[in-house]
Amino acid sequence: MTGPQTRRTDTHLLGWIEPALWVAVALLVPFCLHVIFRVVPTEGKMGVVQRIFYFHVPSAFAGFLGVGLCALCSALYLWKRQRRYDLVAHASAEIAVVFFTIVLLTGPIWARPVWGVWWTGEVRLTSTLVLWLMYAGYLILRRSAENPEQEARWGAVLGIVGALDLPIIYKSVEWWRGLHPKVLKVSGGQGLDPIMERGLLLCSVTFIVLFALLLLLRCRAGVLEDELDALTRHLARRGAGAEPA
Amino acid sequence: MSYWRAVLLVAGKDLRIELRSREQVVSLLFFALLVLVVFNFAFDFTVIDFVTLGPGVLWVAFIFSGVLAINRSFQNEREQERIQGILLAPIDRSAFYLGKVAATVLFMTAIEAILVPIAVVMFNFRFSGRIALTILALALNTVGFAAVGTLFSAMTTRTRRGDLLLPLLLFPAAVPVALAAVKTTTHLLAGRPFERYASWIALSAAYDLIFLAAAVLLFDYVLEE
Repeated sequence: MTGPQTRRTDTHLLGWIEPALWVAVALLVPFCLHVIFRVVPTEGKMGVVQRIFYFHVPSAFAGFLGVGLCALCSALYLWKRQRRYDLVAHASAEIAVVFFTIVLLTGPIWARPVWGVWWTGEVRLTSTLVLWLMYAGYLILRRSAENPEQEARWGAVLGIVGALDLPIIYKSVEWWRGLHPKVLKVSGGQGLDPIMERGLLLCSVTFIVLFALLLLLRCRAGVLEDELDALTRHLARRGAGAEPA
Repeated sequence: MSYWRAVLLVAGKDLRIELRSREQVVSLLFFALLVLVVFNFAFDFTVIDFVTLGPGVLWVAFIFSGVLAINRSFQNEREQERIQGILLAPIDRSAFYLGKVAATVLFMTAIEAILVPIAVVMFNFRFSGRIALTILALALNTVGFAAVGTLFSAMTTRTRRGDLLLPLLLFPAAVPVALAAVKTTTHLLAGRPFERYASWIALSAAYDLIFLAAAVLLFDYVLEE
């Protein structure tokens, strides 16, 4: 008999990986804070506010990772129709929204002293805000669906449409205007001071490890929710069968 | 039944329903007119040049009334579960989608055709641009907006908060179209040379192609029961 009441749920999805991620986060986060506030030099022109950069840029990396993973898993879900792809897509979208919220909050805090304004209709700002709105809409759509299967299907469709729209949004706003600093060499900037660059690299790794841990925890919560739903349904069925009130 | 005949039938059905009641186009038109009137109060167009602000005002009116049109696009099918009939019909589901897009584009075009002359009079603007190109720009952006909107609306009409949810999803996704529309219209109204806005027209065309193709591929998954 394999009814839900006899099956023990193994909540640890990937065995040793989860404890390892916990340890990594516990070590990396304090080390990162130490590097951000004690090790890297204060930037000459902008002063201490520039240190927000070590939260802002890694959050953006983690956010983009979430969006990319969501699109990939959405496509895989429509193809294979396996619940696990939908779980990952949903979890990555949720975490991407969290990280982009950090990006959108730290950006203005930096921009106010440096640019003299909280916000401007600039390309990266606009496209990031649009991205945030799109994935917030994705989460709302998922909550509005009638059943889990519909939720997964609609989520996947929106995840794919959103990913197709991203480069177009980015291009179109870029033609509009752009003044966001291009610091990194890969995005056409002059590059950073070597210590700052290593600091940024460390922070980026930390945020991505944090992303992985959050993703794992969120997926596990999803598995538990499914399990709970199955149990509730099972009990309801049994109750209805045993004592027809 | 051939594919395109199915598309025409679906679009024709929506148009016939509309022609019999004239409910939708009339209320949309009044709504769009109200938007223009509000802007007419909000900005003093004797001081502000219509070329700088007008395209934005016009497209806000088009897009807002467009959202209402798209929101109602699946209303008929939703009532009394008529959608089941469409799903059982021996036509491709993407043909159903394209028919819906065609009907929405026609509704929006009707609104635009009435609204543009009214705006020209209301804001005392002398249009000296190129009419054919203006119509092309309007058409390209209307199609893009309707293509994405119809795909989303097939999902949102089946939720409780559908009429709120549609703009929430559609506006961010339609940012490129809105931007291209306003930019192209500005250049056109100012009578600038074609090279200045050719890339914006190309963007609208690319957007239309990408999203019509994606929606045709994805629509099956949206309607699946």
